[in-house]
Amino acid sequence: MTDERTLDLLEAKIEELRQLNSMDGMDLSKEIARLEEKLAGLRQELFANLTDWQRVQMARHPKRPYALDYIASVFADFYELRGDRIVGDDRALLAGLARLEGRSVALLAQQKGRTTEENKERFFGMARPQGYRKAKRIMELAERFGFPLISLIDTSGAYPGVESEELNIGRAIADNLETMAGLRVPTIAVVIGEGGSGGALAIGLADRVLMLENAIYSVITPDGAAAILWKDKERARDAATALQMTATHLLDLGLIDGIVPEPLGGAHKNPVVTSAALKEAIVRHVAELTALPLDQLLAARYERYRSVGQSAARLAPKSE
Amino acid sequence: MSLFKERQYLRVHVDREPDDSLWMKCKSCGELVFKRRVRENNNVCPSCGEYFFQTSQERLESILDPGSFEPLSERLATSDPLSFADSRSYQDRIAEAQAKTGLDDAILVGRGTIEGLPVVIGVMDFRFIGGSMGAVVGELISRAIEAAIADRRGFVLVSSSGGARIQEGLFSLLQMAKTVAVRRRLAEAGLPFISVMTYPTSGGVEASIASLGDIVIAEKGAMIGFAGRRVIEQTIAEELPAHFQTESFALERGQIDRVVRREDLRTELAAGLAFFVGAR
Repeated sequence: MTDERTLDLLEAKIEELRQLNSMDGMDLSKEIARLEEKLAGLRQELFANLTDWQRVQMARHPKRPYALDYIASVFADFYELRGDRIVGDDRALLAGLARLEGRSVALLAQQKGRTTEENKERFFGMARPQGYRKAKRIMELAERFGFPLISLIDTSGAYPGVESEELNIGRAIADNLETMAGLRVPTIAVVIGEGGSGGALAIGLADRVLMLENAIYSVITPDGAAAILWKDKERARDAATALQMTATHLLDLGLIDGIVPEPLGGAHKNPVVTSAALKEAIVRHVAELTALPLDQLLAARYERYRSVGQSAARLAPKSE
Repeated sequence: MSLFKERQYLRVHVDREPDDSLWMKCKSCGELVFKRRVRENNNVCPSCGEYFFQTSQERLESILDPGSFEPLSERLATSDPLSFADSRSYQDRIAEAQAKTGLDDAILVGRGTIEGLPVVIGVMDFRFIGGSMGAVVGELISRAIEAAIADRRGFVLVSSSGGARIQEGLFSLLQMAKTVAVRRRLAEAGLPFISVMTYPTSGGVEASIASLGDIVIAEKGAMIGFAGRRVIEQTIAEELPAHFQTESFALERGQIDRVVRREDLRTELAAGLAFFVGAR
Protein backbone atom coordinates (compact mmCIF):
# COMPACT_ATOMS: atom_id res chain seq x y z
CA MET A 1 0.00 0.00 0.00
CA THR A 2 1.52 3.30 -1.07
CA ASP A 3 1.40 6.28 1.25
CA GLU A 4 2.35 9.92 0.89
CA ARG A 5 5.89 9.23 2.15
CA THR A 6 6.58 6.75 -0.61
CA LEU A 7 5.46 9.29 -3.17
CA ASP A 8 7.69 11.95 -1.66
CA LEU A 9 10.69 9.57 -1.77
CA LEU A 10 10.00 8.70 -5.36
CA GLU A 11 9.66 12.37 -6.23
CA ALA A 12 13.02 13.11 -4.59
CA LYS A 13 14.60 10.23 -6.53
CA ILE A 14 13.34 11.63 -9.81
CA GLU A 15 14.73 15.03 -8.93
CA GLU A 16 18.10 13.42 -8.16
CA LEU A 17 18.14 11.68 -11.52
CA ARG A 18 17.24 14.92 -13.24
CA GLN A 19 20.24 16.62 -11.72
CA LEU A 20 22.56 13.75 -12.70
CA ASN A 21 21.10 13.90 -16.16
CA SER A 22 22.01 17.55 -16.64
CA MET A 23 25.44 17.26 -15.00
CA ASP A 24 27.10 14.25 -16.55
CA GLY A 25 25.67 14.38 -19.98
CA MET A 26 24.28 10.89 -19.41
CA ASP A 27 20.94 10.24 -20.96
CA LEU A 28 18.62 9.23 -18.14
CA SER A 29 15.54 10.81 -19.68
CA LYS A 30 13.98 7.43 -20.48
CA GLU A 31 14.39 6.31 -16.90
CA ILE A 32 13.07 9.64 -15.63
CA ALA A 33 10.02 9.48 -17.85
CA ARG A 34 9.31 5.94 -16.69
CA LEU A 35 9.51 6.92 -13.03
CA GLU A 36 7.40 10.01 -13.57
CA GLU A 37 4.69 7.95 -15.14
CA LYS A 38 4.84 5.54 -12.25
CA LEU A 39 4.65 8.41 -9.78
CA ALA A 40 1.60 9.89 -11.48
CA GLY A 41 -0.09 6.49 -11.45
CA LEU A 42 0.61 5.94 -7.77
CA ARG A 43 -0.54 9.45 -6.89
CA GLN A 44 -3.78 8.96 -8.77
CA GLU A 45 -4.31 5.63 -7.02
CA LEU A 46 -3.62 7.10 -3.58
CA PHE A 47 -5.51 10.33 -3.79
CA ALA A 48 -8.40 9.68 -6.12
CA ASN A 49 -10.33 7.74 -3.51
CA LEU A 50 -9.38 9.10 -0.13
CA THR A 51 -11.28 7.74 2.83
CA ASP A 52 -13.00 10.17 5.16
CA TRP A 53 -10.25 9.67 7.72
CA GLN A 54 -7.58 10.38 5.13
CA ARG A 55 -9.39 13.64 4.34
CA VAL A 56 -9.29 14.53 8.03
CA GLN A 57 -5.54 13.98 7.91
CA MET A 58 -5.30 16.14 4.80
CA ALA A 59 -7.31 18.90 6.48
CA ARG A 60 -4.84 18.78 9.38
CA HIS A 61 -1.74 18.26 7.26
CA PRO A 62 1.18 20.23 8.76
CA LYS A 63 2.18 21.50 5.31
CA ARG A 64 -1.32 22.61 4.38
CA PRO A 65 -1.62 26.30 3.43
CA TYR A 66 -3.08 28.37 6.25
CA ALA A 67 -5.22 31.48 6.12
CA LEU A 68 -2.33 33.94 5.79
CA ASP A 69 -1.02 32.01 2.78
CA TYR A 70 -4.36 32.47 1.03
CA ILE A 71 -4.72 36.06 2.17
CA ALA A 72 -1.41 36.83 0.50
CA SER A 73 -2.28 35.06 -2.74
CA VAL A 74 -6.03 35.65 -3.15
CA PHE A 75 -6.28 39.21 -1.87
CA ALA A 76 -4.18 42.35 -2.22
CA ASP A 77 -3.11 44.92 0.35
CA PHE A 78 -4.22 43.06 3.49
CA TYR A 79 -4.57 45.72 6.16
CA GLU A 80 -4.90 44.05 9.54
CA LEU A 81 -7.17 45.48 12.22
CA ARG A 82 -6.50 44.22 15.70
CA GLY A 83 -8.09 44.03 19.10
CA ASP A 84 -11.57 43.68 20.56
CA ARG A 85 -11.30 47.14 22.22
CA ILE A 86 -12.02 45.61 25.65
CA VAL A 87 -9.71 42.77 26.63
CA GLY A 88 -7.08 42.16 24.00
CA ASP A 89 -6.17 40.87 20.57
CA ASP A 90 -6.50 37.26 19.51
CA ARG A 91 -3.82 35.96 17.15
CA ALA A 92 -5.88 32.87 16.31
CA LEU A 93 -8.56 34.92 14.59
CA LEU A 94 -7.28 37.65 12.31
CA ALA A 95 -9.37 40.47 10.92
CA GLY A 96 -8.89 43.31 8.53
CA LEU A 97 -9.54 44.91 5.18
CA ALA A 98 -8.20 43.83 1.83
CA ARG A 99 -8.81 44.22 -1.88
CA LEU A 100 -10.30 41.56 -4.06
CA GLU A 101 -9.84 42.52 -7.71
CA GLY A 102 -9.84 46.16 -6.68
CA ARG A 103 -12.93 45.93 -4.47
CA SER A 104 -12.64 46.59 -0.72
CA VAL A 105 -13.67 43.60 1.38
CA ALA A 106 -13.62 42.76 5.08
CA LEU A 107 -11.75 39.61 6.08
CA LEU A 108 -11.98 37.25 9.03
CA ALA A 109 -9.50 34.40 9.13
CA GLN A 110 -8.56 31.69 11.57
CA GLN A 111 -4.83 31.14 11.60
CA LYS A 112 -2.95 28.13 12.92
CA GLY A 113 0.75 28.26 13.77
CA ARG A 114 3.55 26.46 11.92
CA THR A 115 6.04 26.32 14.78
CA THR A 116 5.64 25.56 18.47
CA GLU A 117 6.43 29.17 19.20
CA GLU A 118 3.82 30.42 16.78
CA ASN A 119 1.25 27.94 18.04
CA LYS A 120 1.72 29.22 21.55
CA GLU A 121 0.85 32.68 20.33
CA ARG A 122 -2.02 31.45 18.17
CA PHE A 123 -3.44 28.88 20.60
CA PHE A 124 -3.23 26.28 17.80
CA GLY A 125 -5.80 28.25 15.82
CA MET A 126 -8.41 28.14 18.58
CA ALA A 127 -9.99 31.55 19.05
CA ARG A 128 -11.01 33.06 22.38
CA PRO A 129 -13.74 35.59 23.19
CA GLN A 130 -11.31 38.40 22.31
CA GLY A 131 -11.15 37.02 18.78
CA TYR A 132 -14.89 36.54 18.37
CA ARG A 133 -15.59 40.05 19.68
CA LYS A 134 -13.00 41.51 17.32
CA ALA A 135 -14.72 39.59 14.53
CA LYS A 136 -18.07 41.13 15.49
CA ARG A 137 -16.50 44.58 15.39
CA ILE A 138 -15.28 43.94 11.84
CA MET A 139 -18.65 42.50 10.79
CA GLU A 140 -20.29 45.73 11.89
CA LEU A 141 -17.61 47.79 10.17
CA ALA A 142 -18.25 45.86 6.95
CA GLU A 143 -21.96 46.56 7.28
CA ARG A 144 -21.46 50.30 7.82
CA PHE A 145 -19.43 50.64 4.64
CA GLY A 146 -21.05 47.98 2.49
CA PHE A 147 -17.97 45.74 2.24
CA PRO A 148 -18.61 42.07 1.45
CA LEU A 149 -17.49 39.94 4.40
CA ILE A 150 -15.28 36.94 3.70
CA SER A 151 -14.41 34.37 6.37
CA LEU A 152 -11.65 31.80 6.06
CA ILE A 153 -12.35 29.04 8.57
CA ASP A 154 -9.61 26.81 9.95
CA THR A 155 -10.00 25.77 13.57
CA SER A 156 -10.53 22.62 15.57
CA GLY A 157 -12.85 24.69 17.78
CA ALA A 158 -13.07 27.66 20.11
CA TYR A 159 -10.40 27.63 22.81
CA PRO A 160 -11.57 25.72 25.89
CA GLY A 161 -10.02 27.45 28.88
CA VAL A 162 -10.83 29.18 32.15
CA GLU A 163 -10.35 32.64 30.68
CA SER A 164 -12.64 31.81 27.74
CA GLU A 165 -15.40 30.86 30.15
CA GLU A 166 -14.80 33.86 32.38
CA LEU A 167 -15.13 36.12 29.35
CA ASN A 168 -18.31 34.30 28.32
CA ILE A 169 -17.25 32.68 25.10
CA GLY A 170 -20.73 31.21 24.63
CA ARG A 171 -22.27 34.65 24.51
CA ALA A 172 -19.51 35.90 22.19
CA ILE A 173 -20.30 33.11 19.71
CA ALA A 174 -24.06 33.64 20.06
CA ASP A 175 -23.64 37.37 19.43
CA ASN A 176 -21.71 36.70 16.24
CA LEU A 177 -24.41 34.34 15.00
CA GLU A 178 -27.04 36.97 15.66
CA THR A 179 -24.96 39.64 13.94
CA MET A 180 -24.23 37.52 10.88
CA ALA A 181 -27.86 36.43 10.61
CA GLY A 182 -28.88 40.02 9.95
CA LEU A 183 -25.74 41.55 8.46
CA ARG A 184 -26.72 43.85 5.60
CA VAL A 185 -23.84 42.92 3.29
CA PRO A 186 -23.03 39.77 1.29
CA THR A 187 -21.18 37.15 3.33
CA ILE A 188 -19.07 34.22 2.18
CA ALA A 189 -17.42 31.60 4.37
CA VAL A 190 -14.83 29.13 3.13
CA VAL A 191 -13.62 26.23 5.24
CA ILE A 192 -9.98 25.95 4.17
CA GLY A 193 -8.93 23.24 6.62
CA GLU A 194 -10.79 22.31 9.79
CA GLY A 195 -14.26 23.61 10.50
CA GLY A 196 -14.67 22.74 14.15
CA SER A 197 -18.00 23.24 15.84
CA GLY A 198 -19.30 26.54 17.26
CA GLY A 199 -15.85 28.07 17.00
CA ALA A 200 -16.10 27.75 13.22
CA LEU A 201 -19.78 28.62 12.86
CA ALA A 202 -19.21 31.85 14.82
CA ILE A 203 -17.70 33.35 11.65
CA GLY A 204 -19.46 30.98 9.27
CA LEU A 205 -23.15 31.90 9.19
CA ALA A 206 -22.93 33.18 5.63
CA ASP A 207 -24.87 33.54 2.38
CA ARG A 208 -22.49 31.13 0.70
CA VAL A 209 -20.60 28.40 2.49
CA LEU A 210 -17.81 26.75 0.53
CA MET A 211 -15.24 24.12 1.40
CA LEU A 212 -11.89 23.26 -0.05
CA GLU A 213 -11.97 19.72 -1.39
CA ASN A 214 -10.02 18.24 1.53
CA ALA A 215 -11.49 20.40 4.28
CA ILE A 216 -13.77 19.06 7.01
CA TYR A 217 -16.67 20.69 8.85
CA SER A 218 -18.33 19.13 11.85
CA VAL A 219 -20.31 19.58 15.03
CA ILE A 220 -17.43 18.02 16.98
CA THR A 221 -13.93 16.79 16.16
CA PRO A 222 -13.78 13.09 15.29
CA ASP A 223 -11.51 12.65 18.29
CA GLY A 224 -14.05 14.30 20.60
CA ALA A 225 -16.90 12.22 19.21
CA ALA A 226 -14.85 9.04 19.61
CA ALA A 227 -14.13 9.86 23.25
CA ILE A 228 -17.78 10.59 24.03
CA LEU A 229 -19.67 8.01 21.98
CA TRP A 230 -17.17 5.19 21.59
CA LYS A 231 -15.47 5.89 24.93
CA ASP A 232 -12.25 5.36 22.99
CA LYS A 233 -10.16 8.10 21.37
CA GLU A 234 -8.66 5.54 19.02
CA ARG A 235 -11.97 5.26 17.23
CA ALA A 236 -11.64 8.72 15.66
CA ARG A 237 -11.49 7.08 12.24
CA ASP A 238 -14.93 5.55 12.75
CA ALA A 239 -16.29 8.80 14.14
CA ALA A 240 -14.97 10.71 11.12
CA THR A 241 -16.86 8.37 8.81
CA ALA A 242 -20.07 8.41 10.84
CA LEU A 243 -20.15 12.21 11.13
CA GLN A 244 -20.05 12.76 7.33
CA MET A 245 -17.78 15.73 7.73
CA THR A 246 -16.08 15.88 4.32
CA ALA A 247 -16.91 18.38 1.59
CA THR A 248 -18.55 15.84 -0.71
CA HIS A 249 -20.77 14.46 2.06
CA LEU A 250 -21.86 17.93 3.13
CA LEU A 251 -22.56 18.99 -0.45
CA ASP A 252 -24.67 15.84 -0.91
CA LEU A 253 -26.53 16.64 2.31
CA GLY A 254 -27.26 20.11 0.95
CA LEU A 255 -25.47 21.85 3.81
CA ILE A 256 -22.80 23.68 1.77
CA ASP A 257 -22.91 25.46 -1.59
CA GLY A 258 -19.75 24.41 -3.33
CA ILE A 259 -16.39 22.68 -3.29
CA VAL A 260 -13.15 24.39 -4.30
CA PRO A 261 -10.97 21.76 -6.02
CA GLU A 262 -7.48 20.99 -4.76
CA PRO A 263 -4.66 19.53 -6.83
CA LEU A 264 -4.07 15.80 -6.58
CA GLY A 265 -2.29 15.17 -3.31
CA GLY A 266 -3.80 18.15 -1.55
CA ALA A 267 -3.59 21.93 -1.37
CA HIS A 268 0.00 21.86 -0.11
CA LYS A 269 1.18 20.05 -3.25
CA ASN A 270 0.47 23.17 -5.26
CA PRO A 271 -0.64 26.19 -3.23
CA VAL A 272 -0.56 28.42 -6.33
CA VAL A 273 -3.13 26.30 -8.13
CA THR A 274 -5.25 26.01 -4.98
CA SER A 275 -5.18 29.78 -4.42
CA ALA A 276 -6.22 30.41 -8.00
CA ALA A 277 -9.21 28.09 -7.61
CA LEU A 278 -10.13 29.70 -4.30
CA LYS A 279 -9.89 33.17 -5.76
CA GLU A 280 -12.02 32.23 -8.74
CA ALA A 281 -14.71 30.86 -6.42
CA ILE A 282 -14.73 33.84 -4.06
CA VAL A 283 -14.79 36.37 -6.89
CA ARG A 284 -17.66 34.54 -8.56
CA HIS A 285 -19.76 34.33 -5.39
CA VAL A 286 -19.10 37.95 -4.43
CA ALA A 287 -20.25 39.00 -7.90
CA GLU A 288 -23.41 36.88 -7.68
CA LEU A 289 -24.29 38.12 -4.21
CA THR A 290 -23.59 41.80 -4.82
CA ALA A 291 -25.87 41.64 -7.87
CA LEU A 292 -28.82 40.73 -5.62
CA PRO A 293 -31.01 43.46 -4.10
CA LEU A 294 -30.32 43.62 -0.35
CA ASP A 295 -33.80 42.57 0.78
CA GLN A 296 -33.59 39.54 -1.49
CA LEU A 297 -30.17 38.65 -0.11
CA LEU A 298 -31.42 38.86 3.47
CA ALA A 299 -34.61 36.93 2.71
CA ALA A 300 -32.62 34.15 1.06
CA ARG A 301 -30.23 33.99 4.01
CA TYR A 302 -33.10 33.79 6.46
CA GLU A 303 -34.80 31.07 4.46
CA ARG A 304 -31.58 29.09 4.22
CA TYR A 305 -31.03 28.98 7.97
CA ARG A 306 -34.70 28.77 8.94
CA SER A 307 -35.14 25.67 6.83
CA VAL A 308 -31.88 23.92 7.65
CA GLY A 309 -32.50 20.43 8.98
CA GLN A 310 -36.22 20.40 8.24
CA SER A 311 -35.65 17.29 6.17
CA ALA A 312 -34.16 15.67 9.26
CA ALA A 313 -37.36 16.15 11.29
CA ARG A 314 -40.43 14.14 10.38
CA LEU A 315 -43.88 13.88 11.85
CA ALA A 316 -43.79 11.67 14.90
CA PRO A 317 -45.86 8.52 14.61
CA LYS A 318 -49.12 8.84 16.49
CA SER A 319 -48.84 7.18 19.86
CA GLU A 320 -51.27 4.34 20.59
CA MET B 1 -20.30 36.70 47.02
CA SER B 2 -22.89 34.02 47.22
CA LEU B 3 -26.58 34.58 47.33
CA PHE B 4 -27.34 31.29 48.95
CA LYS B 5 -25.83 29.05 51.51
CA GLU B 6 -22.94 27.09 50.02
CA ARG B 7 -24.10 23.58 49.42
CA GLN B 8 -22.93 20.73 47.26
CA TYR B 9 -25.65 20.44 44.68
CA LEU B 10 -26.52 17.08 43.38
CA ARG B 11 -25.27 16.22 39.93
CA VAL B 12 -27.87 13.83 38.68
CA HIS B 13 -26.83 10.86 36.61
CA VAL B 14 -29.41 10.26 33.95
CA ASP B 15 -28.85 6.56 33.84
CA ARG B 16 -29.94 6.26 37.46
CA GLU B 17 -33.65 6.73 37.40
CA PRO B 18 -35.43 6.45 40.72
CA ASP B 19 -36.88 2.94 41.04
CA ASP B 20 -40.55 2.16 41.26
CA SER B 21 -40.78 1.90 45.03
CA LEU B 22 -42.42 4.59 47.08
CA TRP B 23 -39.26 5.81 48.73
CA MET B 24 -36.02 7.27 47.53
CA LYS B 25 -32.76 8.08 49.22
CA CYS B 26 -31.50 11.65 48.96
CA LYS B 27 -27.94 11.56 47.66
CA SER B 28 -27.12 14.70 49.59
CA CYS B 29 -28.41 14.09 53.13
CA GLY B 30 -28.89 10.34 52.88
CA GLU B 31 -32.42 10.63 54.20
CA LEU B 32 -35.06 8.21 52.94
CA VAL B 33 -37.81 10.44 51.62
CA PHE B 34 -41.28 9.72 50.35
CA LYS B 35 -41.18 10.06 46.56
CA ARG B 36 -44.58 11.67 46.23
CA ARG B 37 -43.57 14.39 48.66
CA VAL B 38 -40.43 15.06 46.64
CA ARG B 39 -42.48 15.43 43.48
CA GLU B 40 -44.98 17.73 45.17
CA ASN B 41 -42.05 19.76 46.42
CA ASN B 42 -40.76 20.58 42.85
CA ASN B 43 -38.27 17.71 43.13
CA VAL B 44 -36.52 19.42 45.99
CA CYS B 45 -35.57 17.20 48.94
CA PRO B 46 -38.05 17.96 51.76
CA SER B 47 -35.38 17.08 54.29
CA CYS B 48 -32.33 19.10 53.17
CA GLY B 49 -33.44 21.25 50.23
CA GLU B 50 -31.31 19.36 47.70
CA TYR B 51 -32.44 19.70 44.05
CA PHE B 52 -33.38 16.56 42.21
CA PHE B 53 -33.66 16.34 38.53
CA GLN B 54 -36.90 17.74 37.11
CA THR B 55 -38.40 16.31 33.94
CA SER B 56 -39.77 18.64 31.29
CA GLN B 57 -43.32 17.59 32.13
CA GLU B 58 -42.78 18.30 35.83
CA ARG B 59 -41.14 21.59 35.01
CA LEU B 60 -44.08 22.71 32.85
CA GLU B 61 -46.43 21.82 35.68
CA SER B 62 -44.44 23.81 38.19
CA ILE B 63 -44.15 26.93 35.99
CA LEU B 64 -47.45 27.21 34.13
CA ASP B 65 -50.94 27.87 35.44
CA PRO B 66 -52.71 24.53 35.97
CA GLY B 67 -54.27 23.21 32.78
CA SER B 68 -53.01 26.07 30.64
CA PHE B 69 -50.47 24.13 28.57
CA GLU B 70 -51.38 23.50 24.93
CA PRO B 71 -48.64 21.73 22.98
CA LEU B 72 -47.81 23.11 19.53
CA SER B 73 -49.97 21.01 17.26
CA GLU B 74 -47.47 19.01 15.20
CA ARG B 75 -45.26 16.38 16.81
CA LEU B 76 -41.81 15.87 15.28
CA ALA B 77 -39.20 13.16 15.58
CA THR B 78 -35.76 12.81 14.02
CA SER B 79 -35.33 11.01 10.70
CA ASP B 80 -31.71 10.12 11.57
CA PRO B 81 -30.28 12.10 8.63
CA LEU B 82 -26.81 10.52 8.78
CA SER B 83 -27.97 6.95 9.53
CA PHE B 84 -25.60 7.32 12.44
CA ALA B 85 -24.21 4.49 14.52
CA ASP B 86 -21.47 4.35 17.08
CA SER B 87 -21.28 1.39 19.44
CA ARG B 88 -25.10 1.50 19.10
CA SER B 89 -27.32 2.86 16.38
CA TYR B 90 -28.78 6.32 16.86
CA GLN B 91 -32.23 4.90 16.12
CA ASP B 92 -31.78 2.56 19.08
CA ARG B 93 -30.80 5.39 21.37
CA ILE B 94 -33.75 7.45 20.18
CA ALA B 95 -36.19 4.61 20.74
CA GLU B 96 -34.81 4.06 24.22
CA ALA B 97 -34.97 7.75 25.10
CA GLN B 98 -38.52 7.95 23.78
CA ALA B 99 -39.58 4.95 25.85
CA LYS B 100 -37.89 6.30 28.96
CA THR B 101 -39.26 9.84 28.74
CA GLY B 102 -42.51 9.57 26.82
CA LEU B 103 -41.17 12.39 24.62
CA ASP B 104 -40.54 12.49 20.86
CA ASP B 105 -37.30 14.39 21.35
CA ALA B 106 -35.49 16.53 23.93
CA ILE B 107 -37.98 19.41 24.19
CA LEU B 108 -41.61 20.18 24.90
CA VAL B 109 -43.03 23.37 23.37
CA GLY B 110 -46.42 24.96 23.60
CA ARG B 111 -48.61 27.84 24.69
CA GLY B 112 -49.59 28.48 28.27
CA THR B 113 -50.00 31.14 30.92
CA ILE B 114 -47.86 32.07 33.92
CA GLU B 115 -49.94 33.80 36.57
CA GLY B 116 -52.33 34.72 33.77
CA LEU B 117 -49.66 36.08 31.41
CA PRO B 118 -49.74 34.35 28.03
CA VAL B 119 -46.44 32.88 26.84
CA VAL B 120 -45.01 30.36 24.45
CA ILE B 121 -42.67 28.10 26.36
CA GLY B 122 -40.05 25.51 25.51
CA VAL B 123 -38.63 23.16 28.14
CA MET B 124 -35.67 20.95 27.33
CA ASP B 125 -35.32 17.54 28.91
CA PHE B 126 -31.86 16.32 29.90
CA ARG B 127 -33.01 12.70 30.10
CA PHE B 128 -33.39 12.64 26.31
CA ILE B 129 -29.80 12.12 25.03
CA GLY B 130 -28.50 14.81 27.36
CA GLY B 131 -31.06 17.35 26.23
CA SER B 132 -29.02 17.72 23.06
CA MET B 133 -30.16 19.92 20.19
CA GLY B 134 -30.57 18.24 16.84
CA ALA B 135 -32.86 19.09 13.95
CA VAL B 136 -36.07 18.43 15.93
CA VAL B 137 -35.15 20.58 18.92
CA GLY B 138 -33.97 23.37 16.61
CA GLU B 139 -37.14 23.21 14.54
CA LEU B 140 -39.41 23.17 17.59
CA ILE B 141 -37.64 26.14 19.21
CA SER B 142 -38.03 27.98 15.90
CA ARG B 143 -41.72 27.11 15.63
CA ALA B 144 -42.26 28.13 19.25
CA ILE B 145 -40.71 31.52 18.60
CA GLU B 146 -42.82 31.91 15.45
CA ALA B 147 -45.92 31.07 17.47
CA ALA B 148 -44.92 33.72 19.99
CA ILE B 149 -44.60 36.26 17.18
CA ALA B 150 -47.94 35.23 15.64
CA ASP B 151 -49.79 35.48 18.98
CA ARG B 152 -47.72 38.43 20.24
CA ARG B 153 -46.66 36.57 23.38
CA GLY B 154 -43.41 36.47 25.28
CA PHE B 155 -41.12 33.47 24.78
CA VAL B 156 -39.62 31.46 27.63
CA LEU B 157 -36.96 28.79 27.08
CA VAL B 158 -35.86 26.56 29.93
CA SER B 159 -32.56 24.98 28.89
CA SER B 160 -31.18 21.71 30.17
CA SER B 161 -28.75 20.57 27.54
CA GLY B 162 -25.25 19.30 26.98
CA GLY B 163 -25.16 21.07 23.60
CA ALA B 164 -25.55 20.14 19.96
CA ARG B 165 -26.44 16.51 19.25
CA ILE B 166 -23.43 14.67 17.89
CA GLN B 167 -25.45 12.02 16.06
CA GLU B 168 -26.91 14.52 13.59
CA GLY B 169 -23.54 16.03 12.72
CA LEU B 170 -23.53 19.37 10.95
CA PHE B 171 -27.35 19.44 10.94
CA SER B 172 -27.12 19.90 14.72
CA LEU B 173 -24.46 22.59 14.55
CA LEU B 174 -26.56 24.59 12.13
CA GLN B 175 -29.52 24.58 14.53
CA MET B 176 -27.52 27.15 16.47
CA ALA B 177 -27.68 29.44 13.43
CA LYS B 178 -31.33 28.66 12.86
CA THR B 179 -32.63 29.33 16.35
CA VAL B 180 -30.64 32.56 16.58
CA ALA B 181 -31.92 33.76 13.20
CA VAL B 182 -35.52 33.18 14.29
CA ARG B 183 -34.86 34.81 17.66
CA ARG B 184 -33.85 38.01 15.82
CA ARG B 185 -37.36 38.17 14.38
CA LEU B 186 -38.84 37.95 17.88
CA ALA B 187 -36.67 40.87 18.96
CA GLU B 188 -37.65 42.84 15.86
CA ALA B 189 -41.30 42.21 16.71
CA GLY B 190 -40.69 43.79 20.12
CA LEU B 191 -41.49 40.65 22.08
CA PRO B 192 -39.51 39.56 25.14
CA PHE B 193 -37.46 36.39 25.47
CA ILE B 194 -36.61 35.12 28.92
CA SER B 195 -33.94 32.43 28.95
CA VAL B 196 -33.82 30.16 31.99
CA MET B 197 -30.57 28.25 32.43
CA THR B 198 -30.70 25.10 34.54
CA TYR B 199 -28.39 22.17 35.09
CA PRO B 200 -26.74 22.01 32.58
CA THR B 201 -26.77 24.76 29.95
CA SER B 202 -23.70 24.18 27.84
CA GLY B 203 -22.10 23.69 24.44
CA GLY B 204 -23.98 24.70 21.34
CA VAL B 205 -27.14 25.59 23.22
CA GLU B 206 -25.32 27.93 25.57
CA ALA B 207 -23.37 29.39 22.62
CA SER B 208 -26.57 30.25 20.75
CA ILE B 209 -30.18 30.70 21.73
CA ALA B 210 -29.85 30.29 25.53
CA SER B 211 -27.36 33.15 25.87
CA LEU B 212 -29.50 35.61 23.94
CA GLY B 213 -32.40 36.17 26.34
CA ASP B 214 -33.50 39.75 26.98
CA ILE B 215 -33.40 38.47 30.52
CA VAL B 216 -31.24 35.51 31.50
CA ILE B 217 -32.20 33.74 34.70
CA ALA B 218 -30.27 30.85 36.21
CA GLU B 219 -31.79 28.31 38.52
CA LYS B 220 -29.85 27.68 41.70
CA GLY B 221 -27.64 24.64 41.08
CA ALA B 222 -27.29 25.36 37.34
CA MET B 223 -24.18 24.59 35.33
CA ILE B 224 -23.47 27.29 32.77
CA GLY B 225 -20.62 27.18 30.29
CA PHE B 226 -19.47 26.48 26.76
CA ALA B 227 -16.78 23.84 27.08
CA GLY B 228 -17.09 20.86 29.39
CA ARG B 229 -15.10 20.79 32.60
CA ARG B 230 -13.13 17.73 31.54
CA VAL B 231 -12.19 19.19 28.17
CA ILE B 232 -10.88 22.34 29.83
CA GLU B 233 -8.94 20.38 32.44
CA GLN B 234 -7.32 18.30 29.70
CA THR B 235 -6.43 21.41 27.70
CA ILE B 236 -4.90 23.48 30.46
CA ALA B 237 -3.75 20.59 32.68
CA GLU B 238 -4.70 22.26 35.91
CA GLU B 239 -7.52 21.99 38.40
CA LEU B 240 -10.48 24.30 38.07
CA PRO B 241 -11.95 26.43 40.87
CA ALA B 242 -14.70 24.62 42.77
CA HIS B 243 -17.52 26.94 41.74
CA PHE B 244 -16.36 27.12 38.12
CA GLN B 245 -19.36 27.30 35.73
CA THR B 246 -21.89 27.41 38.57
CA GLU B 247 -24.67 30.00 38.69
CA SER B 248 -22.71 32.10 41.20
CA PHE B 249 -19.64 32.03 38.92
CA ALA B 250 -21.81 33.24 36.04
CA LEU B 251 -23.48 35.91 38.15
CA GLU B 252 -20.20 37.28 39.48
CA ARG B 253 -18.84 37.57 35.94
CA GLY B 254 -21.86 39.37 34.60
CA GLN B 255 -23.06 36.52 32.41
CA ILE B 256 -26.60 36.29 33.80
CA ASP B 257 -29.12 38.68 35.30
CA ARG B 258 -30.60 36.80 38.20
CA VAL B 259 -30.39 33.59 40.19
CA VAL B 260 -33.59 32.02 41.51
CA ARG B 261 -34.61 29.05 43.57
CA ARG B 262 -36.71 26.52 41.74
CA GLU B 263 -39.73 27.14 43.92
CA ASP B 264 -39.57 30.85 43.01
CA LEU B 265 -39.11 30.41 39.27
CA ARG B 266 -42.78 30.78 38.44
CA THR B 267 -43.27 34.07 40.30
CA GLU B 268 -39.90 35.30 39.04
CA LEU B 269 -40.93 34.67 35.42
CA ALA B 270 -44.31 36.31 35.94
CA ALA B 271 -42.72 39.38 37.53
CA GLY B 272 -40.26 39.73 34.67
CA LEU B 273 -42.84 39.18 31.93
CA ALA B 274 -45.25 41.70 33.46
CA PHE B 275 -42.91 44.59 32.60
CA PHE B 276 -43.26 43.84 28.91
CA VAL B 277 -47.05 43.70 28.77
CA GLY B 278 -48.11 46.45 26.39
CA ALA B 279 -44.49 47.61 26.05
CA ARG B 280 -44.88 48.18 22.32
